[in-house]
Amino acid sequence: MSPIIEINDVHKNFGHLKVLNGVSFDIERGEVVAVIGRSGSGKSTMLRSVNRLEKIDRGRLVVCGHVVSDPSVDLHQLRRDVGIVFQSFNLFPHLTVRENVALGPRVARKLGRAETAKISEAALARVNLLEKLDVYPEQLSGGQQQRVAIARSLAMEPQVMLFDEVTSALDPYLTGEVLGVMEDLARGGMTMLVVTHEMEFAKRVANSIIFMNEGRVWERGPGGMLDDPQTLELRQFVGKT
Amino acid sequence: MSYQFEFADVLEQWPLFLKGIRLTVQLSALAVVFGFVVGLLTAIGRRSDTPWLAWSCGAYVEAIRNTPLLVQIFIVYFGFAALGWKVSVFSAATAALIINLGAYTCEIVRAGMDSINKGQIEAAECLALTKLQIYRYVILVPALEKVFPALASQFVLLVLASSVTSQIGAEDLTAVASRIQSETFRSFETYITVAIIYIVLSYLARVLFWAVGLIVFKRRRRLGLAF
Repeated sequence: MSPIIEINDVHKNFGHLKVLNGVSFDIERGEVVAVIGRSGSGKSTMLRSVNRLEKIDRGRLVVCGHVVSDPSVDLHQLRRDVGIVFQSFNLFPHLTVRENVALGPRVARKLGRAETAKISEAALARVNLLEKLDVYPEQLSGGQQQRVAIARSLAMEPQVMLFDEVTSALDPYLTGEVLGVMEDLARGGMTMLVVTHEMEFAKRVANSIIFMNEGRVWERGPGGMLDDPQTLELRQFVGKT
Repeated sequence: MSYQFEFADVLEQWPLFLKGIRLTVQLSALAVVFGFVVGLLTAIGRRSDTPWLAWSCGAYVEAIRNTPLLVQIFIVYFGFAALGWKVSVFSAATAALIINLGAYTCEIVRAGMDSINKGQIEAAECLALTKLQIYRYVILVPALEKVFPALASQFVLLVLASSVTSQIGAEDLTAVASRIQSETFRSFETYITVAIIYIVLSYLARVLFWAVGLIVFKRRRRLGLAF
């Protein structure tokens, strides 16, 4: 079986700034991959390229069978298959928790009322927020908001979930509850690509870790690689000099 | 200062006032409803990625916002006639007010739409929503909510500005006043009466918009937030 995500020699510039400089790696179905690296190493841009929030300049990117690097890719289909969760939650403030989660199934997937309700509630149950169905985002803590955002993506029943530094805006306590939900997802077999600064989480949950530097995959290996860095850059990054 | 106020003759003309009020209300209501729709569509057009569409919407807005309402009314009224279309004074006046309000509404609504966090729009794109669906479900309500007070003020201004249509012979409240004062020779009293009627109309309009806000903006109502 071919990998669910194939990234091959991907390049991307913002003006004169080279952000992605030949990124290549594959992810198999069911794999959980953590992406670490310093700010500016291109990890967020790489992640956003996967569901085409950023257009790449060169290279080949195939996700769930969709050729993302092809300008004529079916964005609708791609985004039904790939969920993403952002650092800043990005919930819709005028909609209740239930409505936030139901929007995708109801409008994009055009499901009926009963099925939408079933899927939304199942998604909210997975993030342990069933008791908050009818409140508005502003009435929730940051951790709860981020869990709603995860449920909102889950309700699309995606094949891959992308996480873009989803705990960076949260205090350690709230970070814990969000990481807990992500760990459950990983155990449930979801394919996940996780850009994160949570080293412990990366070590414990990810099947492999990618260390990005200067817009490239600098090192890739299992969790243990953080204890035994092969390159100077990773050694510096994890503070083992 | 020995002016003797004499309202009796003026107030005797109440059926005429009532007729004027009816026309002013009709004109304003039509202009607000359709002007809002025009403004909403133009705002979306102005934000579009299609250059000619964005440009034409921008040109319309600039043309209207940089010319007097009275001139616009004349252009519509005499323009229709010159083109050989027979339209009533009422239709011409309504059309001119819609065109005028549409441009101002466009700018207010656009400001609201521009203020929506880009992250929310991105999130909606990632839920596989189309552009139109994003406008409808993600942008519209919060955008309108943000600018609602400005929008309501603009609508009240329109009610007042509709008095200018009397210049092409629309029998609105102001036109009626002019008739009454020429019959009663009580100009001061007539216009004081008219001013009070406009104040009441504006106030009623504000109450109405406030009620509409309560209905449309469910979150505000449920969380008990005031405008």
